[in-house]
Amino acid sequence: MSKRLFVVFSLLIAATMVLTACGPKAYECTDALGCVTVAPGEPIHLAYAMVISGPDETLGIDSRNGAEVAFAMKGQVLGHDVKFTGEDDGCSAEGGQAAGTKLAADPTIVAIIGTSCSSAARVAMPLISQAGMVMISASNTAVDLTVAGNPNNHPGYLRTAHSDSVQGAAAARFAYEAMGARKAATIHDGSMYADQLQQVFAKTFKELGGTITTTEAVDPNQTDFKSVLTSVAATGPEFIYYPIFVKAGSLITRQAKETPGLENVKLMGADGMFSPDVVEGAGDAVEGLYVSSPDLAAFGADYAAVFLPKYKEMFGTDPISIFHAHAYDAANIIVAAIEKVAVQDKDGTLHIPRQALRDAMYGTKDFKGLTGNLTCTPTGDCADPKIAVYVYHVGQYPPERIWP
Amino acid sequence: MLRTWRQRITFSDIVVWAIGLAIAIMVIYGTIATLRLGKYSPVTWLDLVITGLALGGIYALIALGYTLVYGILRMINFAHSEIFMVGPFTAAFLADALVKMGIWNQYPFLSLVLILVLAAAVSATIAFLLERIAYRPLRTAPRLVPLITAIGASFFLQYAFRGLYGSGLKGFPTLNVFEGRWTMGSIEVMKARVVVIIGALAMMLILYGIVQYTKFGKAMRSISEDKETAALMGIDVDRTISITFIMGGASAGVAGILYVILFPVAHFFMGFIPGIKAFTAAVLGGIGNVPGAFLGGLILGVLESVGPSLFLDGMGIPAPYQLKDAIAFIILVFILIFRPSGILGERMSQAKA
Repeated sequence: MSKRLFVVFSLLIAATMVLTACGPKAYECTDALGCVTVAPGEPIHLAYAMVISGPDETLGIDSRNGAEVAFAMKGQVLGHDVKFTGEDDGCSAEGGQAAGTKLAADPTIVAIIGTSCSSAARVAMPLISQAGMVMISASNTAVDLTVAGNPNNHPGYLRTAHSDSVQGAAAARFAYEAMGARKAATIHDGSMYADQLQQVFAKTFKELGGTITTTEAVDPNQTDFKSVLTSVAATGPEFIYYPIFVKAGSLITRQAKETPGLENVKLMGADGMFSPDVVEGAGDAVEGLYVSSPDLAAFGADYAAVFLPKYKEMFGTDPISIFHAHAYDAANIIVAAIEKVAVQDKDGTLHIPRQALRDAMYGTKDFKGLTGNLTCTPTGDCADPKIAVYVYHVGQYPPERIWP
Repeated sequence: MLRTWRQRITFSDIVVWAIGLAIAIMVIYGTIATLRLGKYSPVTWLDLVITGLALGGIYALIALGYTLVYGILRMINFAHSEIFMVGPFTAAFLADALVKMGIWNQYPFLSLVLILVLAAAVSATIAFLLERIAYRPLRTAPRLVPLITAIGASFFLQYAFRGLYGSGLKGFPTLNVFEGRWTMGSIEVMKARVVVIIGALAMMLILYGIVQYTKFGKAMRSISEDKETAALMGIDVDRTISITFIMGGASAGVAGILYVILFPVAHFFMGFIPGIKAFTAAVLGGIGNVPGAFLGGLILGVLESVGPSLFLDGMGIPAPYQLKDAIAFIILVFILIFRPSGILGERMSQAKA
């Protein structure tokens, strides 16, 4: 470097230092995970990772709608608009990988609502956690995501959905107590969600005094379930629990009615099959199919009075799945935490420290949401779980609530 | 004699044969174990076989589209699985309309003909356009080029129809006449499955007849032997290829309707798995060979339906039914290793260098 250039540079640096010292005291980010700076007039960038295409899309689109209702009702946050963009998690590990990689690479993202499916969360969360972001899911229900010390529990992960330890147990009690079933079979599709639900169901059902006749697994992309149903029929169950997703779930429902020995067996799915697509896909066979799901009737008064009309106004339809209220609560928890920790400069510039945001979200206590009074545990379980059982009728959506 | 044989055999041959033998032993062991347990009655086995035959008939009809195109162009048309999807997906809307008008169960035969015609027409049109737009300009290009184009066309069709009809599931109404069972002595068979088997068989015979016994079929076969010479003999090559695509498309459309009779749900991704299975069936029977496609389809369908209960269950594998698709693909791998030309051989390609 030539001498003159060196002099010029030194002067410039000195000048900058003097100017900085004289100017208004700038915000200094001391947060362990860094800060997001939002310039005046710029929006706060929140993102979603949900399944918005393919056979399970109603699940993700419904949650996205719920979050959008929350942002629309909130309006501006600390004088900034909210920008809500996202990625498709495909309801699969592969989709979660792609969505997680893309989201983690965008440093403007403050927080993420997602994923729709637990198998996607398992892969996406390490990436998002590493990037210092926080993710709150409205519909992940797999147990291990919030078990302390489990390799699938990552810092920065929270959820407003119930853990399946609650749902699977409720389904087992329904089968044993309400239906009087003593012999049950389970079918899962190898996904984390289905497998864990099935395990919790089987454990509770056995504790109550029932027997599990067989545990089978299918490939979610199959269409012909005849052989697996024949095998299940050979074990003589009174009740079949298959907590899987819409496409395979609809076809199993149909084919079970056609399998000798299973004509009168009670069939039950879980919240993954709470969708109008089940009524469409299973046709007449849907009659009498049970599904467990968050108890929509236990939601606060605001749900029917404020949320539903707004949802209908924005999207022209009633909710198409069940996790819209959870997404609404997730969005509001993020907003409340941002409002709590963000530092605002005089000119309106916003600084959001990432670790503090995480801490604020984990510290959520007695939050009055649509789905109940939410209090987050240190591992991120925020739900106030109330589970109900619904029964489908031909051509009717939503299904009818029958238990408890 | 022994010496030349010993010289010809390589180490990899031995490994491959050993793997094949091991799998054969496992299959036999699994089968015996299952049969000794006696979990299922003979009627159940028959039921599974019939399900497999119905499924196999559908695979066979799709496989036919692969085989015809391969026979004439030496190219795997990977977009064929989407041609299979568009027919029934479109027909689902007509079926809905027929239900609303009260025609569906009132005149089941008429309804069935209408949706079959619509599905076959839509699939054939898409197949025709596909050849015209995507493959014809590339006919002189290296072989890999149309193959990649086919994969691109497959994605294009999937997402175009997703945009058109939505990405949700579209239920297909069931025809009451196909519900229930027929009883023959002590055997009960599901009507829908019998209808599918008969439909597939009839369609196959028609296509075989066209290929083997008509002037047009002769033209097809001669193009398959040698395109240039066929052109010199006064055969309109472009027209013949177009009609071949239309035939393959129509059979895929019919296969699609048979498929939704069995599994009454249509969606934009429905073609993918049956398409790959049918491709396996085509290779299994000998690609380019019409009876081979039929045989391959039936074998694959039956193995898939019976296999998990018959030998995987007996081997004590956890979750045998999840491995159903693995059966098809293991068969594909082994066919490619042991008999690359398939069971009946590539009949049309013998003259090719």
